[in-house]
Amino acid sequence: MVYDVIVVGGGHAGCEASLAAARMGCHTLLITMDLNNVALMPCNPSIGGPAKGHLVREIDALGGEMGKNTDETFVQIRMLNTGKGPAVQALRAQSDKKLYGLRMRNVLEKQSNLDIEQALIETLHVDESESGQILRIITDANHVYKSKTVILTTGTSLSGRIIIGEKSYAGGRSGEAAAYGLSENLRQLGFTLGRLKTGTPPRLDAQTIDFSKTIVQPGSEVPLYFSFDSPSRDLCFPSPNPAYPQNGQIEWRKQMSCYLVNTNDRTHEIIRSNLHRAPLFNGTIKGTGPRYCPSIEDKIFKFANKTSHPFFLEPEGWETNEVYLQGANTSLPEDVQLEMIRSIPALEKTEIIRLGYAIEYDYAPPSQISSTLETKRIPGLFFAGQINGTTGYEEAAGQGLIAGINAALKIKGKSPIIIQRDQGYLGVMIDDLVTKELTEPYRLLTSRAEYRLLLRHDNADLRMTPIGYELGLIGKERYEAVEAKRHSIPVELERLSKTVLVAEKLSDSIENHRLPALGRNTTALEYLRRPEVSYQSLDTLGFANPNLIPDCIEQVEIETKYKGYIERQETAIQRMQKLEQRRIPDWFEYEEITGLRYEACYKLQRFKPQTLGQASRIDGVTPADIALIMVHLERARGKGKQVQSEKVSSDRA
Amino acid sequence: MYQDTIAAISTPIGEGGIGIVRMSGPDARSIAQNLFDKTLSNHRIIYGHILDPESAEIIDEVLVSFMASPHTYTREDIVEINCHGGIVPLQQILALVLKGGARLAEPGEFTLRAFLNGRIDLSQAESVLDIIQSKTHASLRLAVEGLEGRLSGQIRSLRSELLSVLAYLTARIDFPEDEVEEQNAIGPVQDARAKLTNLIDTADAGMIYRHGIRTAIVGRPNVGKSSLLNRLLRESRAIVTPIPGTTRDTLEEIVNLKGVPFVLVDTAGIVKSADPVETLGIERSCKAIEHAELILLVLDTSQPLNEEDTEIIYLLECKTVLVAANKSDLTTIASLGDLTWPIIRTSTLTGDGINEFESKMVDIALGGKVTSSDAFFVTNIRHKEALQRAANHLAEVQASLEADMPDDFATIDLTAALNALGEITGETVTEDLLETIFSQFCIGK
Repeated sequence: MVYDVIVVGGGHAGCEASLAAARMGCHTLLITMDLNNVALMPCNPSIGGPAKGHLVREIDALGGEMGKNTDETFVQIRMLNTGKGPAVQALRAQSDKKLYGLRMRNVLEKQSNLDIEQALIETLHVDESESGQILRIITDANHVYKSKTVILTTGTSLSGRIIIGEKSYAGGRSGEAAAYGLSENLRQLGFTLGRLKTGTPPRLDAQTIDFSKTIVQPGSEVPLYFSFDSPSRDLCFPSPNPAYPQNGQIEWRKQMSCYLVNTNDRTHEIIRSNLHRAPLFNGTIKGTGPRYCPSIEDKIFKFANKTSHPFFLEPEGWETNEVYLQGANTSLPEDVQLEMIRSIPALEKTEIIRLGYAIEYDYAPPSQISSTLETKRIPGLFFAGQINGTTGYEEAAGQGLIAGINAALKIKGKSPIIIQRDQGYLGVMIDDLVTKELTEPYRLLTSRAEYRLLLRHDNADLRMTPIGYELGLIGKERYEAVEAKRHSIPVELERLSKTVLVAEKLSDSIENHRLPALGRNTTALEYLRRPEVSYQSLDTLGFANPNLIPDCIEQVEIETKYKGYIERQETAIQRMQKLEQRRIPDWFEYEEITGLRYEACYKLQRFKPQTLGQASRIDGVTPADIALIMVHLERARGKGKQVQSEKVSSDRA
Repeated sequence: MYQDTIAAISTPIGEGGIGIVRMSGPDARSIAQNLFDKTLSNHRIIYGHILDPESAEIIDEVLVSFMASPHTYTREDIVEINCHGGIVPLQQILALVLKGGARLAEPGEFTLRAFLNGRIDLSQAESVLDIIQSKTHASLRLAVEGLEGRLSGQIRSLRSELLSVLAYLTARIDFPEDEVEEQNAIGPVQDARAKLTNLIDTADAGMIYRHGIRTAIVGRPNVGKSSLLNRLLRESRAIVTPIPGTTRDTLEEIVNLKGVPFVLVDTAGIVKSADPVETLGIERSCKAIEHAELILLVLDTSQPLNEEDTEIIYLLECKTVLVAANKSDLTTIASLGDLTWPIIRTSTLTGDGINEFESKMVDIALGGKVTSSDAFFVTNIRHKEALQRAANHLAEVQASLEADMPDDFATIDLTAALNALGEITGETVTEDLLETIFSQFCIGK
């Protein structure tokens, strides 16, 4: 039997990829090393945050599962960055790790068109047959699966090596086996592999923590969800875990708090005197680690004058006593980990349940994939997630979704989707991957999105849902609701621009409600533009539209207040449009362009950008290089036409 | 069709004192009309004046023609402003149209647009390539020269100060739960604005001067250095402005040869020295040589080379030198066969060979690759325009910080300002920013 799509790996990328492919009607198989670990969160329990939260909203709006799965299983949710601007506000949830995996497995199992099997993949082969190309994968037990397309989402398991202090052993995600055969096989297929490193902190036993010496961080008082489709059914919550303090309940939904503690001089002293035993410093670890996720030994070494660093205590679920010690990434030996943690007052009697560890793994530098996430070397083979050098559950899920969609589109003989940088963080991420040299695991940040004012978490539905609907991943009802929202915004803006507030008539009312004075007659739209005025203020004065839903009110406010900035970004996008739309054919030879500088030529050959826009973002490619390429493209196109017309005339002859 | 409007000085400057500022794109007409005291009309040449819209000051007497799309060279709206007043008003007018919303054209961009809009055919594409290639080389060379100058040093330090503010604001946005201590963001932005304004003012005053090629005329006494200088000054079609030299003994003079500015340093002084014998000849030459990019070595060929000549020649090793084999009107005695530098026979007395000498100076200056260059001016204006844009963005940053707008809006303009400065120094923001964040703040949960 030949599958349409086989997804190798059941992490966050694999789950989204297999669901998307199956939902788009492809006969799909998900192969995972350990069925009990589907959608595992081997690192922190949180999902979201700046840029990552945006990504989850986009995944949801496009028809992915991550948002819904988080909503149903979080133990806490908060809105971050309130007051720093509409573009950078972001949701961040703490998941019940176990529940997250269980619910996802449930969804996978119920999905029609989707088979799930447990196996370790050793090799991948490309077979050419009369009916086209077939990809064949072989497990460690010599079982063979065949498929038209394969999506590899191997996470950290490719030649994974776990390091704890002086000890190291082969391993993938926490407690899993590593896949060594596949690494070697990919090299034989011609792929270049690199090596990256990441780390996790120790996990503590909640029963041994003195929470009275911590700072409490409760969840949101107001209802918040990642999914634009808020959960409809009532969730069952387990009874309170006695290991945690039982303080004030939040009305709208049961949540757990996180807790903050700080390191002190003694902590730092313990780490400093043991630096020689840290693999990061004694050379055991060779892979590149992420700058935004430094180990505690790194922080203390680099910021020697900081007397204290924060550690966050994050519960890993409703019922477990396991607590994730965010901020304490380390690969120090066991005895030092314990000593260091116990130097903090709240943690004096703490026991470590799981040690922190560092992990090194293989990845395939993403200059080898195109924006569709299909590999350039083997058509029909897609890479998604950490294999592309990214880090983070959200980044993985986003790529998985796009890879699943594009594999399915390929099966259906349709053209792939490429999310543009001005359409979503999904686009920013993938475009960064295919145009930039990675020097550390890639994490999405709001500062990577040049048009971020347009890529807000509040409008992810407006940006993505029509695409999801077109693909068949979003139902009609949901799509129509989004379109109704879209259309109501300009209508309301128009109404406000025609509503005149008469200064004389309103002066009393404005004074009574302590709203900013009108001065002279002005339109409701102009009034709303003032920083101190909200839509609520208009309501107070009796000028609001009572039928407008809160979602639309938010859009109307943002579009009014930040109009100038939004328009500027839109202009910038238009300016880039010409370059973005100009495709560079695969066969295009950069060596043939006389005058193209060597550095530019080398980089362009390596990355093989698909559009002029991408080419312009490659480091070391100048506007003059782009102009040269543009002319050569135009010339090549002209020649193409010429060849065609010559052919026509000779046919006639 | 392109969305933006491009502008450039489209004739070699200095030729006959007339220059054209050309614009192409959808806003060309409105930008020009805003500066012009008469009404533009399609395909007609109108006589009038260009005024600075802010000061209402007359910049130049001009002829302006407006040609509406599509019957133009680029198939876009085109405006050409013919100016008479020489380089300074020409540059001012270009600066005004850029301020009005046009963007400075890349080398060869008008032709490129003509080509891409289907106005010129395939066979002409070759010439487009030539233009882009040759001009790129010239401007790259210039960019390097510019970078070594004071300007880039100041911009680099300005940039790193601003980057640090942006790093602070961004760290708080991208890592909201990490400890990023409160900083004053307005102060550094204000400082940077002041420095930038200062830089723009000096750019106005000394723009041409700074980017002229520093050229020293050297030679032993009485070989004809001053006569050569006077010849070059007389031949020069546009003497811009004399600027007193930085050293007591020398005067610097700017001459414009075929559109290329040279800052000529006469080691003997422009005015005849009071001392009848130039005893300090070699000493002075040393100083001038040290700072010069191009050296004009004057030798008297009516006499054999003497020790003093040899000593000067020795000093010039590793320099870019053009030799004036002077006094060609007399019998040639000196043997110059050992010299590896280009040699032109001249007579400062009769003027013979001076034209050829000038051409050679220009060739050397441009690396022999460009015959007429507006690249020098483009580089200048490009820098100034980028500085101006950066300053405008910083004004927005300050305004939004003062108005207590959410931090994100300050970061948008700050990023734009840094990008503008980066156009001068060739640096991009994203990676530098992350580097700054991770080196300044202890990030990472």
